[in-house]
Amino acid sequence: MKAIFARVKALLLRFWHVISRPSAYLSLGFLTLGGFICGVMFWGAFNTALELTNKENFCISCHEMHDNVYQELQRTVHFTNRSGVRATCPDCHVPHEWTHKIARKMQASKEVWGKIFGTISTREKFLDKRLELAKHEWARLKANDSLECRNCHSAIAMDFTKQTRRAAEIHSRYLVKGERTCIDCHKGIAHELPDMTGIEPGWRAPPELRGSGSSLELHRIGLVDYLADL
Amino acid sequence: MRGQNRSGLRFTVTVAATMFGAIVVALGALAAGPNIVPRVTGAAQPMQEASPPPLARPITDDVRRMRNYPEQPPVIPHAIEGYQLTLHTNRCLECHRRQFTEGSGAPMISVTHFMDRDGQVLADVTPRRYFCTACHVQQTDAKPLVGNDFEDMLLVGKSRR
Repeated sequence: MKAIFARVKALLLRFWHVISRPSAYLSLGFLTLGGFICGVMFWGAFNTALELTNKENFCISCHEMHDNVYQELQRTVHFTNRSGVRATCPDCHVPHEWTHKIARKMQASKEVWGKIFGTISTREKFLDKRLELAKHEWARLKANDSLECRNCHSAIAMDFTKQTRRAAEIHSRYLVKGERTCIDCHKGIAHELPDMTGIEPGWRAPPELRGSGSSLELHRIGLVDYLADL
Repeated sequence: MRGQNRSGLRFTVTVAATMFGAIVVALGALAAGPNIVPRVTGAAQPMQEASPPPLARPITDDVRRMRNYPEQPPVIPHAIEGYQLTLHTNRCLECHRRQFTEGSGAPMISVTHFMDRDGQVLADVTPRRYFCTACHVQQTDAKPLVGNDFEDMLLVGKSRR
């Protein structure tokens, strides 16, 4: 063990010895230009590879994605619609901005682990895990204020007069004021939903914000007081 | 044929009577021009490719419709396209469930929807009433295929022409 450690240390020291001294054989021009060209090639290759993993074809090359979520997507408005705009997997599930994209891609290395060990390799396993997976996506979209939705649907560009009265009212009350974000109400717009027992509708205020103005809340407080007096 | 087992004369008489009857019926049909209900398959030839009519648009004006009779399940006056109604989730109940009506302003599912088949009242929607669209439907702007002379029961007998 000690011998290996010493050898590694010797190797590193030799490497440092070589790299910390001026080049004896290669010209400065060759080194700088060569470094620049290699850098460009590396960067191009990196981004090309990154883009390749950011395509629908890449996503559905795994049967887990192809047989479950992709089949469901094809039945929704995000796949076919009257204006012919289609959202593919990465449009909603990968941030478009570079830094956030890299961060998401690093997180997604967990999915490689899942693929290797077959975490959702059968339909049954997938259905059992669906609630957990969905909750991750809801949390992610909640945290970034539904960024991926807003890449196409912006509140500024929404013409409320073209919406139904109910939709316009709800959007101006919750969305424009920033009280809620898209994913709060629009869950399951591209995939089937998991068992939603106990998951409250998105337009409801979170419990800590539920004001005493609600008759339900008054009722509850009254009951709690009554029980405390007993 | 049974007639062949009996006497030849009887068979001839039966055939003659049947033919006479058929001719009378056919002549009557030509003269009276009976009301023929349009075929369900449409006017196109069965073996040819027919261009489908455009889909009817759902009515989404949010106005409650009067029921034609008290037991009629109220119709849905809003869009329900893409609403998931599965064993796992029920989008309708996200607004029409009792606890949520205060916030959503939607009508609550009626008291009968809390009763199981023995009349026992449950705390939430009873399983036999869970699938809303089994009874409640959207209306569209489609033209009715056949006429309808339904009369409101309050008007029956009063508006005799």
